[in-house]
Amino acid sequence: MAKQQHPTPMLDELEKGPWPSFVTGLKRLAAEKDYVVDVLGQLETSYKTRKGYWKGGTVGVIGYGGGVIPRFTELKDAEGKPVFKDAAEFHTLRVMPPPGMHYNTDVLRKMCDIWERHGSGLIAFHGQSGDIMFQGCTTENVQKAFDEINQLGFDLGGAGPAVRTSMSCVGAARCEQSCYDEARAHRAVINTFLDDIHRPSLPYKFKFKFSGCPNDCMNSIQRADMAIIGTWRDNIQTDETLVRKYYAKHGMTDLVNDVIARCPTKAIRVRNADEVATGPSITSVRFDDTQALEIDNRDCVRCMHCINVITGGLAPGKDKGATILVGGKRTLKIGDLMGTVVVPFMKLETDEDREKLVELGQKIIDFFAENALEHERTGEMIERIGLVNFLDALGLDVDPNMVSCPRTNPYVRTDGWDEEVARIKAKKQQVA
Amino acid sequence: MAQAPMRRAIESGVPDNQQFLHPLLKKNYGNWRYHDRPRPGVLHHVARGGDEVWSVRAGTQRQMDVHTVRKLCDIADQYAEGHVRFTIRSNIEFMVSRSEMVAPLIERLETEGFPVGGTGNSISMIAHTQGWLHCDIPGTDASGAVKALMDELYEEFKREEMPNRVHMSTSCCEINCGGQADIAIIVQHTKPPKINHDLVANVCERPAVVARCPVAAIRPAVVNGKPSLEVDEKKCICCGACYPPCPPMQINDPEHSKLAIWVGGKNSNARGKPTFMKMVASGLPNNPPRWPEVSDAVKRILHAYKEDGRPWERMADWIDRIGWPRFFEKTGLTFTKYLIDDWRGARVNLNASAHLRF
Ligand code: HEM
Ligand code: HEM
Ligand code: HEM
Ligand code: SF4
Ligand code: SF4
Ligand code: SF4
Ligand code: SF4
Repeated sequence: MAKQQHPTPMLDELEKGPWPSFVTGLKRLAAEKDYVVDVLGQLETSYKTRKGYWKGGTVGVIGYGGGVIPRFTELKDAEGKPVFKDAAEFHTLRVMPPPGMHYNTDVLRKMCDIWERHGSGLIAFHGQSGDIMFQGCTTENVQKAFDEINQLGFDLGGAGPAVRTSMSCVGAARCEQSCYDEARAHRAVINTFLDDIHRPSLPYKFKFKFSGCPNDCMNSIQRADMAIIGTWRDNIQTDETLVRKYYAKHGMTDLVNDVIARCPTKAIRVRNADEVATGPSITSVRFDDTQALEIDNRDCVRCMHCINVITGGLAPGKDKGATILVGGKRTLKIGDLMGTVVVPFMKLETDEDREKLVELGQKIIDFFAENALEHERTGEMIERIGLVNFLDALGLDVDPNMVSCPRTNPYVRTDGWDEEVARIKAKKQQVA
Repeated sequence: MAQAPMRRAIESGVPDNQQFLHPLLKKNYGNWRYHDRPRPGVLHHVARGGDEVWSVRAGTQRQMDVHTVRKLCDIADQYAEGHVRFTIRSNIEFMVSRSEMVAPLIERLETEGFPVGGTGNSISMIAHTQGWLHCDIPGTDASGAVKALMDELYEEFKREEMPNRVHMSTSCCEINCGGQADIAIIVQHTKPPKINHDLVANVCERPAVVARCPVAAIRPAVVNGKPSLEVDEKKCICCGACYPPCPPMQINDPEHSKLAIWVGGKNSNARGKPTFMKMVASGLPNNPPRWPEVSDAVKRILHAYKEDGRPWERMADWIDRIGWPRFFEKTGLTFTKYLIDDWRGARVNLNASAHLRF
């Protein structure tokens, strides 16, 4: 039994209504822990004054420089003593989830037991960074909690100027759109950079995110310094049974309005079955006895729309892999940036392929570490030095897939033009 | 006092997920053929070999007490073969291998207060941040604002009646941990930071703070004989970037820190390229515990979108079709000069054409 709870008229309002209430959860914990009684006291104060009362500090576990988010109360009385003394410290442990965020109940129960013993009993599945956030722990208990979580097979994630915790989509485990083994790529990459996660020493944070297809369920294009997005190079695959099933249910109106008209490049058309084109880049499939869908895959930008609508009936091709985009981030400091393409396609099937991905990541992080200004994200660095310099440094060839259009101004020195043309032609010949 | 032995961390990194997968997910890894949705909140996946798995999705409060997690585990053990996963929006998914297990599982979840939904063209759970509960720089709370809003959107979570999926986010400072979304609610400060000059010298690394400002509004200064900082208040855009590295530059203000609403962010490449969200309203009061003014504005946008959006149009696609004048007309929001971009690259957001809508 814990001490009596503080009155919380504001928070009580958040116990009303049908959606699950975190306040009710906190109160359940407060019934057992003085600690949470005071967490609620401070939170209620924030609701009243509309001010936050946590400040950072330095708390960690032995051997690591990051992964714990320290919080000390700033809500003090006239003598400088915490108003809610049992919650004077409220640190969070960021713990890396398994790829795709799969768990069995056994491991979840063990996490609960550990956190009930050493922490507040409040766990967020998951933070925006992807971490399991064990929220609310005293300085004294941080190490104890970590030791047990670590013993369970889990490790701390990143914080500060470090490689950060990553996320990957459910992908191959349960999604027909998956174009590579997200979980293996995720682990191959992140587990290479553990030192950069646990001992922050980069100019700023660096995030990887893994999405199995261009639906980008992990929001990697705008949240990751390096986004690994699944795609394919060959033709969209078909399954006539499922296409016919779609058509039988939806008819021509939906097919035209929802599929054909929404293809961004008009790559997909309705044809009479006997007039369908043939050729190496053509996908075609009948949706009834007389009519067919025809896709010229050279025009398809792999947007996923038609595949999402007729899932299974249309499917990513067989020659699968991933596109690598670099530089996504949120506003600070120069404005929002989407990641942009630096490798249009790479295979990700074998350990060797994944090793190449790791190498690319390593090169990018090394370049970032050496060339970014303090507190500059990859995207900002590239904006400052220009994509071409970045590609040069990584030894990557330019490709028209990297731009939405060629430059629209003449302000560039082009006296190396002929040499460049010759170099690129020679290289092409070598490959051919 | 005896010193406890030092335990060295096992740097095990990201754990293998194979050990946690539902047996059918493990068996059919990389071999799925298609899926459909027999009802809102349920995904039915069919493997190439013919195996079928049903995933039941339910909303959670994200920040869960251990009793809630254990309750979800009990449900998983009793109705769902002991395996769960979480989505990026903190929904929980229970995988089951037989269709007849679905209905009892749903019934139990709903009895225990976990709404089943969040799939397809529903309004899914709001991606949210930390706020007053745990962050050190928040202008507002996140869990509370989300709870209040999800109470209002509860029915839409459980239905699939929107033109396309709706992803929302909230962020308790302009940093926007919540991320790009169809609709985002983000703190927008309206006054420059108030500097506590007594503390700056002790707490802040002044050059780092100066460098942090996006508009170079901060200068080193001597105030009352002590080294401090000053802000050119005419330049300051009230972004709050100086506050994390220098807590004495208090940016949060109970009155003047407002909430802004953004629309049309999209991460997916489906149809058009991914898009950034755009600010469409600001100046909403930070009004805990239930932020009714925010709910009201969000619901107006959602209502207009639901009425007018065509199948498969995300918020951004819908606005592309109807145009901004009609967006403001239909939502009843007011287009003001503050919504005309003047930051870096702003010209791409101006209308350089004679394409007009009346
Ligand atoms: C002292 C400073 C900061 C702290 C302690 C901090 C803490 C956090 C935490 C705890 C999260 C996870 C939030 C959640 O899931 O609820 C987060 C996410 C995030 N934060 Fe911050 N933050 C800080 C500064 C910033 C700044 C300055 C920015 C932007 C300029 C920023 C942008 C973000 C973004 C975009 C995310 C989402 C990240 C992702 O999707 O991977 N944060 N931050
Ligand atoms: C002493 C220097 C210059 C003189 C006397 C000059 C003269 C002219 C004249 C007479 C025209 C009209 C041509 C016509 O309509 O047939 C013209 C057009 C134009 N000039 Fe120049 N010009 C000069 C320098 C420049 C420079 C330095 C630039 C660019 C950096 C430039 C860019 C243009 C352009 C783009 C047009 C076409 C404008 C339009 O289509 O409306 N001019 N110039
Ligand atoms: C002790 C922990 C942390 C400190 C001291 C810290 C500090 C900072 C600072 C000073 C900034 C730049 C703020 C500004 O320029 O105004 C920043 C940016 C940011 N922080 Fe943190 N932070 C911490 C932890 C985190 C965590 C845990 C996260 C999220 C997972 C996070 C996410 C971000 C993001 C996303 C940005 C901005 C990135 C962008 O430019 O897009 N920070 N952080
Ligand atoms: S990103 Fe693509 S592969 Fe991954 S879960 Fe989403 S739709 Fe499936
Ligand atoms: S995947 Fe290709 S064919 Fe299908 S809608 Fe997108 S661009 Fe068009
Ligand atoms: S949005 Fe801002 S205030 Fe909220 S958790 Fe992120 S950094 Fe903290
Ligand atoms: S609030 Fe932003 S613009 Fe104003 S001084 Fe601070 S960093 Fe500069």
